[in-house]
Amino acid sequence: MKLRSAIYLASAALAFAALTLASTLPSGASDKVDPVADAKAFQKFFTDKFPKVKFEDFVNGPYSMNEDLYRQWQEKEQFPPYEFSLEMGKEMFSKPFKSGKSYEDCFPNKGIGIRQNYPYFDEKEGKVITLELALNRCREANGEPPFSYVKDEMAALTAYMAFTSRGKPMDIKIPNDPRALAAYENGKEYFYTRRGQLNFSCATCHVQSPGERIRAEILAPALGIVNAMPIYRSEWSGMGTTSRRFTTCNSQIRGVPMNPQDDEYRNVEYYLSYVSNGLPISGPGARP
Amino acid sequence: MASSIRVRATASGETTEVQALIQHPMDSGFIKDAKGEIIPAHFIQQLTFEYDGKNVFTADWGGGVSKDPYVKFAFKGGKKGDELKVSWVDNKGATDTTTAKIQ
Repeated sequence: MKLRSAIYLASAALAFAALTLASTLPSGASDKVDPVADAKAFQKFFTDKFPKVKFEDFVNGPYSMNEDLYRQWQEKEQFPPYEFSLEMGKEMFSKPFKSGKSYEDCFPNKGIGIRQNYPYFDEKEGKVITLELALNRCREANGEPPFSYVKDEMAALTAYMAFTSRGKPMDIKIPNDPRALAAYENGKEYFYTRRGQLNFSCATCHVQSPGERIRAEILAPALGIVNAMPIYRSEWSGMGTTSRRFTTCNSQIRGVPMNPQDDEYRNVEYYLSYVSNGLPISGPGARP
Repeated sequence: MASSIRVRATASGETTEVQALIQHPMDSGFIKDAKGEIIPAHFIQQLTFEYDGKNVFTADWGGGVSKDPYVKFAFKGGKKGDELKVSWVDNKGATDTTTAKIQ
């Protein structure tokens, strides 16, 4: 009898606690999507967690978390390993297709200094359009076969486009369209959902543990992580795009990666870029 | 095709510091491709830096050196405006050369 009443009491106390907790939450926080407040809270989380790191330094990923690594990187930046890819991208970008047009004709401002506006939500299509997707669509519209999304040519092109946009603050907009909000919400959900045999979400590493070691490497903060894309990773001995980062992250947690530019990846890139609004584009980057 | 060698040499006081980045696959010959076939060995065997007609730095490399290798060293001497010649030869006999002005 005693035990039962104790359980009853405890559960009543719990219910009460839950009630008071619910009443302290801002009203409607759980059922309404508010990206502006989201982004603010997201950025505040990181600036509170790392008070010593300058805001615009978050785009430098692991280097912003470790002084030694920062010094090594600064030396490396004198001769950045992405330089060859950047040059290749520059060459490719203005070279005309067989149709006579070039990438310049597919983008506003001839593709220069526009990286910070990608991904954007296309209201005609009702979906998120990433820079990589736009590049391949440009190729297909001109009768060229699409490139692989993960490396080589695609990385070279996005490297060049990022380079011409360096320093410009990320500027992702969510148009007044319920589908855009849904895409954002979907991306956010993907980011925080655990998956794979290791049962990790993106946030497990990049929100909970940035600055911590994962084997010999230092985890990058999610804030500004997309601003440095594409990256030369020494581990890959080559360049990789945002698509490559997403798919390899998924396989590293022993999940089954989706195909590059599947809706979920596009949405998660949309979400991540939106919450990094205001941080400068720093791509192409170099990572250990 | 642009040069496969990037080099920067800076003279300060008695020494000149040299940094170079070379674009090369540096395949060791022990790695298989996606089809399971061995990627044949393809690496730089010798890298030389020449200043004033003399070798100031020679590296004998093999398959153990990483892709797109980076080198940094310093040598005694070297004046601003002088030329530094860099060249490499790989195991397939391919070669590339470039000259850089010391800054």
